[in-house]
Amino acid sequence: MKTDPKGVLTGVHYLDGDYACGEGAMAAGCRFVAGYPITPSTEVVERISRRFPFMGGTFIQMEDELASMAAVAGAAWTGTKSMTVTSGPGFSLMMENIGLAAMMETPCVVVNVQRGGPSTGLPTMVGQADMMQARWGSHGDYKVIAMSPQSPQEAFDLTIDAFNLAETYRVPVMFMMDECVGHMTEKVVIPDADEIDVVPRALSKKTPADYQPYAVNGRGVPEMVRAGDGYRFHTTGLTHDDRGYPEMSAERQQINVRRIMDKILLNVDDIVRIEEEDVDGAEVVVVAYGITARVARMGIDLARKQGVKVGFLRLVVVWPFPEKRIRELAAAVKAFVVPEINLGQMVLEVERCAAGQAKAVLVPHAGGGVHDPRVICDAIVEAAR
Amino acid sequence: MSATAHPPNPNDHPIAPYLRMDRMPHIWCPTCGIGTVVKCFATALEEADVDLDKVAITSGIGCTGRVAGYMKLDAFHTTHGRAIPFATGLKLARPELESVVFSGDGDLSGIGGNHFIHAARRNMDILVILVNNFIYGMTGGQNAPTTPISAKSSTMPFGNFERPFNLPHLAASCGASYVSRWTCLHIRRLTKCMRVALRRKGFRFIEVIAPCSTLYSRLNRLGGGLELMRFYHDNATIKHGIDTREVDIGFQDTIICGNFVDEEKPTFLEMMNAHYGKVLGDRYVPMPAEGGWLHD
Repeated sequence: MKTDPKGVLTGVHYLDGDYACGEGAMAAGCRFVAGYPITPSTEVVERISRRFPFMGGTFIQMEDELASMAAVAGAAWTGTKSMTVTSGPGFSLMMENIGLAAMMETPCVVVNVQRGGPSTGLPTMVGQADMMQARWGSHGDYKVIAMSPQSPQEAFDLTIDAFNLAETYRVPVMFMMDECVGHMTEKVVIPDADEIDVVPRALSKKTPADYQPYAVNGRGVPEMVRAGDGYRFHTTGLTHDDRGYPEMSAERQQINVRRIMDKILLNVDDIVRIEEEDVDGAEVVVVAYGITARVARMGIDLARKQGVKVGFLRLVVVWPFPEKRIRELAAAVKAFVVPEINLGQMVLEVERCAAGQAKAVLVPHAGGGVHDPRVICDAIVEAAR
Repeated sequence: MSATAHPPNPNDHPIAPYLRMDRMPHIWCPTCGIGTVVKCFATALEEADVDLDKVAITSGIGCTGRVAGYMKLDAFHTTHGRAIPFATGLKLARPELESVVFSGDGDLSGIGGNHFIHAARRNMDILVILVNNFIYGMTGGQNAPTTPISAKSSTMPFGNFERPFNLPHLAASCGASYVSRWTCLHIRRLTKCMRVALRRKGFRFIEVIAPCSTLYSRLNRLGGGLELMRFYHDNATIKHGIDTREVDIGFQDTIICGNFVDEEKPTFLEMMNAHYGKVLGDRYVPMPAEGGWLHD
């Protein structure tokens, strides 16, 4: 369906990535946000708290990130699209209820504007070192979807997609911005509301007597209902059966956990999103995401001037990882070069998928700035030898 | 054979319609007080004549954390300590809901203590029923923020030396609009208190002192369930409206019960709507009562 025009600030704007993300959320129909202030993400909720009162949205500044994530998980069960916003230290606190949202299969969006870590790290400076935390941060086996925008325009566009994916698969979606994209100001075009497609909550048509909150419907994603509509359903963070009732057994654990993994695994081709440039015939393919994707393009240009055949693969959806495509490319290229603002995270995934067929070369940066494109160029030239 | 020889049908129990009878028997120990509190709550729901389709119940983790799982309502068994913020999200995103939190002392005042004080400070529109058995029951009898001084627990085997919370005072001093305490023995008074609380607004807090004969009582050699109820009978006194500073609980000491606070004051939602209405006028669009969800 088309979105609610009340949240859409149609026009051509000059916005930073944080504001654009907030605008994307409102354009997607998000009407509940709970958050706790943290640099460099705070501008997202500042934008939202200024605009929500005019569109029927509620923002609440909770006492901490534990509460923020819990409130978002609760709000999502009313059918209201819900989001929280944070950075590394807050992301760590949210892991508890991200796990709950994954287990209860609760659609919601978690924005992490990444800064340098670990711990308090570099509050005002860029990092990309929470990428593995986004995938593995809560305990137990589960899967989420994660996206990484490279510009304020994408911060707007992809936030809408994040809400749509959350509804489609009933998962928390990690929106992995970084401080550079969050704080850079660029042109952002916001279309008319009738050009914005949103996925509304697909409510079960079953009667309360027939409805089971975790009975699958063929796609591996159970039908949802809203609290307050008379279904009187039950849901829990415990391992549960189709009725949402706890069942403590190895057999049920296998069924329950397997399915929350499979609903992502079996739909990987529909979820994965990458952009490729000049990968055919390339000796080296650079894999990057977020702000580093933009820096990498300069490194690629420099390497091409030295005669190296370089392709580029940008991760738009980071998790699930484009495993199949990396495997295909690994058979054709000498090496992948992976610049990222951490000391080696997504490169591990590239290396795993390449499975020895091609090298995976990390271009690390500990955080606090972006790569010097010449360093990326040097890594490409070296990898092509 | 006469009809009375047949065991009674559990589904004929007066509160069966309020319970998930397909989940019985429950996990609580014999003589545990939680079931009594559930019975009182179900009766209060019936007497208050609330629309059960609009009641959402949220629990955290622990023995009382299992209550949401047994109530035939929209029910959320969440993470340890986070029932209050979860219930806050439910309420704010669909304001017509009656959002009820039902959990234990360790859950709500230990790991969830920060959420408790902030929800009370905001006079958040939720009803919180806290069952206090003075101990962490589900994990085996460890010390709680409510364990009275000198009482033994599995992690204070020589007796507790930490000062416990006075929970009614905590709630009242943070701004709760309704604060009560009863024991499991006060069935009629507790039921009435819950019924009244369902008709009040804002942050409503009811503490219910409940026996844990498996752990608290055994570790402290206080006898079985009957002895504990007798203790409540002999040692609980009712003092409505008493200053909550006076209602600390000592080990095997007097338990002061009553309705301590019952004040009409603006709730979080009322404050928010009134404030935005004042500063933004008719440009203010409140969250619809049925939630801000997108639909055709």
